[in-house]
Formats: sequence, structure tokens, C-alpha cells
Amino acid sequence: MEYILIIIGAVFVNNILLSQFLGICPFIGVSNKVDTAMGMAGAVTFVMVIATIVTYILQQYVLEPLGIGFMQTVSYILVIASLVQLVEIILKKVSPSLYQALGIFLPLITTNCAILGVALLTFQKEFNLLEGVVYAFANAIGFGLALVTFSGIREQLELADIPKGMKGVPIAFIIAGILAMAFMGFANIV
Amino acid sequence: MSQWKNITKGFVRENPVFVLFLGLCPTLGTTGSAINGIGMGLATTFVLVMSNGAISLFARFIPDKVRIPSYIVIIASFVTIVDLLMKAYANTPGPNGEPSLYDNLGLFIPLIVVNCIVLGRAEAFASKNSVFASLIDGLAIGLGFTFALFLLGSVREILGSGSIFNQKFIEGDGMLVFVLAPGAFLALGYLIAIMHIVKKRYTNS
Repeated sequence: MEYILIIIGAVFVNNILLSQFLGICPFIGVSNKVDTAMGMAGAVTFVMVIATIVTYILQQYVLEPLGIGFMQTVSYILVIASLVQLVEIILKKVSPSLYQALGIFLPLITTNCAILGVALLTFQKEFNLLEGVVYAFANAIGFGLALVTFSGIREQLELADIPKGMKGVPIAFIIAGILAMAFMGFANIV
Repeated sequence: MSQWKNITKGFVRENPVFVLFLGLCPTLGTTGSAINGIGMGLATTFVLVMSNGAISLFARFIPDKVRIPSYIVIIASFVTIVDLLMKAYANTPGPNGEPSLYDNLGLFIPLIVVNCIVLGRAEAFASKNSVFASLIDGLAIGLGFTFALFLLGSVREILGSGSIFNQKFIEGDGMLVFVLAPGAFLALGYLIAIMHIVKKRYTNS
């Protein structure tokens, strides 16, 4: 039951993109086509779950015993950056087809604040490892849901007649605002 | 005179938020009020100036292959400094028990480390220019970012709660949606559209 609450809370109520504002850069940057949006969502899911596990272990077994909690930001971002590189190398060897699909998105993920954000939130909310993994996975699903929905709308928008000054990024933000309003309907259900 | 031009570039011509669309997460996440926007902007400016200076100083000694991780470590150190400083000095709650600036900005302070503006300036400017020019560049872009956050923060505060810098000027509530999440997207969308038009006029004349 507890896990279901975490999942619903992270996917719908506190959607990582639309209500917590983490990972906005890829949200605006790679949302022109549904296909690329799905690729990005896949890559984010993959890295987010692994990064949460690794940073959790780092926090519990290295930072806390040594009493160097203030090194959190530095060590987390280093771990995430090297993790992304590692995932890239492993994927290339183990599953070339998945690597082809995710390829270009993987390096971009290092500076995706959603990854570091979720790792830090898992620590702040004092989740245990399993809860942390569920939380990271749910957040990734929420990220994918919002991103794919948004890119679907943007694809349709290509054909619409939009005032000149609003073309491109401004109208994307307005759409995101309306989408966020729709997601506000989920408020208070957990 | 050329330095002056460098300082003003951050406000309109190369504004990180309105023109380059960088650093959007803190832009949307911390602009519920004008004060929060300025606080976030100044924290980022500090990191930008210091990391730009440090990186331009060390760029010669850093091998090209490990350039990005090294930059990230330098940036992360300054972010930790800001985090600890704000925890110490910007952590007093308001008179009516409002949360402190540090609490309001919360997660977004450690997240300065993944702000694309900071790494972007390190890579595009600080690694190739002198220390002084890099410091000026960091200051210019940082102030431009602060300006954008202040503008968005005040628009949202005026429309959303009918106040500016916590001074109320209307009775009751404003349009609450502007303080909530959707309002951040809407306000930024319209501001970018207005900036486009201003910039077009500016370049035509």
C-alpha cells in the first residue's frame, strides 16, 4: 500500500516535470517528436533508477560513517557523471540496439537536474533502498508520461496557425502551463 | 567601454533565460515571489563568477579529456560553499513564521551544480579567456539571470498574491494560479514572447 502511495504521488500528484520543475531542459529541448521523447524517457528511467541505488549506497556506507555529509553535492554529481559514462560503455557492448536507440540522449542526462534531484530527494525523504528505487522509478514514469504527452501535443501544433510572436518556445510554455493545470486535478488524492 | 558592453550583454542580447533558454528549472521552480527569485539569482551569480574565475585560472593545466568532470568538481565545490553559507546566514524564518529563504529555495541550491548556464559559460567562455574577462562574463550572465528571475518572480507575485516584496497592495487574494505550478509556465511563456518582440524592435531600429 505504501508503495502504491509513493507511485501515485510521484507520477501524478507531484509530477517531477509539471509540479516540481526538475528536468525542464529536455522537456523543452527534445519534445518536438514523440519518438525522441520516448527515447529520452527510456534513458532517463534507466539512469535515474541506477543513480538512486548507487547514491543511496554511497550515502549510507561512505558519507555517513565518515561524517562528511557536506560532500554530498560534489560526490553525487561525480558518481552520476561517471555512472552515465559507464552505462554508455556497458550498453554499447551488451545491447547495441538499445544503445542505438538511447545513444545521443545518454550524455545529455548528466546535466539533467531530475537525476540529481531525485537522488537528493530520496535522501531528504529518508526512504530505505526499496522505497527509494520505487520512488525513482515512479518519478521516471511521471517524467516519461508528461514528456510524451507534451511532445504529442507539440507534433499537432506544427500544423496550427499561431501568432507570430508566440511561435516556438513561448507557445510550448503555454501548453506546458495548461498541462500542469490538468495535472493539478490530481492534487490531494493521496 | 568594451567591458561595459560585456556587462550589459546578459540583460537582453544574451539573456540566459529569455534568449538562450538555459537554466529553466530554477527559473520556474523558485520564482513564486520576487525575493525568492533574487535570492536564487544571486546564489547562481556567485557560483558563476567564482567558477568562471577558477576555471579560467586552471584551464591550462586540465587535460582536455577530463575537462568536463574537472569543471563539474570545481563548480560543485562552489555550490557547496553557497549551500553552507545560505544555511548559516539566510536561514532565519520571517516574523510571522514564514519559511526562510533557504527553505524556500530548498532543493534548487544544490541543483545549481547541474544548471546548464554555469557549465555552459565554463566551456564556452572561461576555458578560453583571461581571468578578468571570465570574472566579468560570469558577473554579466549572472546578473542577467538574476534580472530574469526577478522579472518573472515579480510578475507572478503581483498577479498571484497581489503583493510585491511581501508588501500587499490589494485586498484578499490575487489570481492564485500564478503562484502555483501552471502559472510559472504561463508567465514565462508570455514573458519570452514579449522579449522576442522587444528584441525584434531593438534590432530593427
